[in-house]
Amino acid sequence: MSGSAPWASGTTSDFSKLPKRGFFTVTNYETFEYDVLIIGAGGAGLRAAIEASTAGVKVGLVCKSLLGKAHTVMAEGGLAAALANVDDRDNWRVHFSDTMRGGQYVNNWRMAELHAKEAPDRVKELEAWGAVFDRTPDGKILQRNFGGHRYPRLVHVGDRTGLELIRTLQDHGIHQGITVHMEHTMVTLLKDGDRVTGAFGYDRERGRFKIFKAKAVVLATGGIGRAYQITTNSWEGTGDGQSLAYHAGAELADMEFVQFHPTGMIWPPSVMGLLVTEAVRGEGGVLRNKDGKRFMFDDIPDLYKNQTADNPEEGWRYCQGDRNARRPPELLTRDHVARCIRREVNAGRGSPHGGVFLDIAWIREKIPNATEHIKRKLPSMYHQFMQLADLDITQEPMEIGPTTHYTMGGVRVNGDTQMSTVPGLFAAGECAAGLHGANRLGGNSLSDLIVFGKRAGEFAAKFAKEHGAGQVNDAQIEQAARHALEPFDRGASTGGSAEGPYQVQHDLQEMMQSLVGIVRREDEMVRALDGLGKLRERARHVAVYGHREYNPGWNTAVDLKNLLTVSEAITRAAIERKESRGGHFREDFPNKDAASGKVNVIVGKNPDGSMQVRREPIPEMPAELKQVIEEMK
Amino acid sequence: MSTATFRIWRGDVNGGKFVDYTTEITEGMVVLDAVHKIQATQANDLACRWNCKAGKCGSCSAEINGIPKLMCMTRMNTLPTDKPITLEPMRAFPSIRDLATDVSWNFRVKQKIKKFKPRPPDAPDGTWRMQQEDVDRVQEFRKCIECFLCQDVCHVLRDHHKHDEFIGPRFLVYTAALEMHPLDTEDRLPELKQAHGVGFCNITKCCTKVCPESITITDNAIIPLKERVVDNFFDPLGWLWKELRPKT
Repeated sequence: MSGSAPWASGTTSDFSKLPKRGFFTVTNYETFEYDVLIIGAGGAGLRAAIEASTAGVKVGLVCKSLLGKAHTVMAEGGLAAALANVDDRDNWRVHFSDTMRGGQYVNNWRMAELHAKEAPDRVKELEAWGAVFDRTPDGKILQRNFGGHRYPRLVHVGDRTGLELIRTLQDHGIHQGITVHMEHTMVTLLKDGDRVTGAFGYDRERGRFKIFKAKAVVLATGGIGRAYQITTNSWEGTGDGQSLAYHAGAELADMEFVQFHPTGMIWPPSVMGLLVTEAVRGEGGVLRNKDGKRFMFDDIPDLYKNQTADNPEEGWRYCQGDRNARRPPELLTRDHVARCIRREVNAGRGSPHGGVFLDIAWIREKIPNATEHIKRKLPSMYHQFMQLADLDITQEPMEIGPTTHYTMGGVRVNGDTQMSTVPGLFAAGECAAGLHGANRLGGNSLSDLIVFGKRAGEFAAKFAKEHGAGQVNDAQIEQAARHALEPFDRGASTGGSAEGPYQVQHDLQEMMQSLVGIVRREDEMVRALDGLGKLRERARHVAVYGHREYNPGWNTAVDLKNLLTVSEAITRAAIERKESRGGHFREDFPNKDAASGKVNVIVGKNPDGSMQVRREPIPEMPAELKQVIEEMK
Repeated sequence: MSTATFRIWRGDVNGGKFVDYTTEITEGMVVLDAVHKIQATQANDLACRWNCKAGKCGSCSAEINGIPKLMCMTRMNTLPTDKPITLEPMRAFPSIRDLATDVSWNFRVKQKIKKFKPRPPDAPDGTWRMQQEDVDRVQEFRKCIECFLCQDVCHVLRDHHKHDEFIGPRFLVYTAALEMHPLDTEDRLPELKQAHGVGFCNITKCCTKVCPESITITDNAIIPLKERVVDNFFDPLGWLWKELRPKT
């Protein structure tokens, strides 16, 4: 298992080779050697693993949950790719300019260009691997409307597109000879000088430490949503990749840009934050306040005036596929819609439980068989509300409000190779920064995963072929192991009197929600920094009881370090950006600032271990891309 | 504020026992909420799997009052609270700890099924043409979230332990999705008859009943597969035709 023989296609029977159980002393950890180690098995990680294995290197894939359960399954609406199957005016240039406009022009323009150009091929590849997307009448892949996309562009399967994506990659990937380590938590990246040489962590089932040596490592760990109280993210979204990279010396970028999705469930309390797909609005759903008014017509940003309908009738025609109609204001970008909802609620025009109404049932007035149509187009939404809220969305409006959904920021990478500022360390998908700038368009996440997952896998394999194996540092490993086990020592020595990890996590989420949330102010964020210091101190003293096998208390304690790291990065970056742009809204600086629009905020670790924040100018865009943006205005 | 008592199985592969926990119940709560509350306040080390909390990932499978269900989609107001609610792991799989079971057998089984093999593309740009009505039935099977509740309830696996001879409802659905995929050209019928044991299923439809995605497993996937196997291997006229038809 730990040999370094070159991997050959289809010869490894992965799951039958799951490591045998055994006893290991503290200095005798089981060791695995790979050319490329991928951490995370959502869309980006699986796509990277497939690409690297196709390049003929030995690939290991570690993931936090069971294979196929990653947060990608929660993506509902679709995958953006300019296939032009529904509207032949679409092409990469339009997709590129839509992505840049949505990101308020602080995107990594090279990534936006590659993404728009390569997404169609990545989609066709999925079909060749067995994905079954919804079809057009002439048998092609169907595409739907979504916020911020000029033409119908989202490839989809009802409202379960993420499941289709992850299952397709999983079912293809298991025949590629990739060794999968499920339910593992990584506690640190291993380094040899400047370069990354692997990772160290433990399997949650038995709680045994393991060393993963690798010539290149790809981080594909997803988001940071669990830093907030109201979120669409599962327990996995604790910023592991961002935190591992940061502590290994890599830079983070754009951490101030957190996306609050405008439509999360708000009632009953147990489902608060659960995602309600934007596809509801793409299919004609409208937002209303308690007086029944469609308030989104009240505030249409200048950047989008030309593209947005100014009356309900035109908006409806757009949703029905009228090529001459402009899109309804409900399909403006997520940052803007979320703020409009907050405005209505703050002005006392909200729904009974503190949100607004999202109504798809109204389309009964427009089309026959509306009930069947809604169930067919939005099956998971129908079931979600029926089962969890006793509400029939074909008959009644939903109550919704903003929920923490996505981080545009993450590990700073090279746009072409996805390599971070640490040699041999790559990142792709949500845990990498750049593509989305200040705000991500719906549908651009699934396409991000496959475009840059592929690139990360390709260039990580290339790096592995060009570099020999590095050394791992025993002292670093021993220190990480000791550190990870400290909560048990405290549990044993305090006899049940010490604080557990759940309360610290809960207080962190509450604080980030109220002080570094959807609307931000300098004084509040300074208080948050102070609060983070206190929480870090508490985290240093949390205790865990019981043994190491499948112990969720221990896992929560280990994740706290990551949550605290990304929360500090978000807060410091948000203080640094003294303007409002995309997902980052400052009450004390409510407008965009031209000078701030020319920089990214970069976060790095000082030699003394403190966090450093600086501004870095965005490289000049090539003339041809500038021209594309000019043409599409 | 009402309360409910949960009788949760605590233990591992060596055995275990039921432990009672009483917790508050608020409006709209699902069983998984209660488990999280117990985990956070009374039993930090209570093991259970979960991810999406929206019925989309299929992680939180368990047996609630003896019935295989997703904990995240089981509302508390559907359960009587005048007596303890029992929570057990899926019993058809080996225990890891508490509510988490070793489901790795399922991953090994899937890998043995021949992968998707498409016909050559229909168009010069490498794409295919398929009508929506031709993909509808495959899309039903592809809704599967791999919660393995159907495997848990299937008596061939649960009671008769035929794990080496029968792939179970989940992977019959998976095979059906491949076999009925309009583009697929692979032949999986010989294995289906032999190693994958489609004949073991005697159509009790327990799997269909517990499927949280409401996939009509037995009628739409298993029975058509059984028919294909019969047509291919046991139909005398079909056999004669295959033997006598001009070979190309």
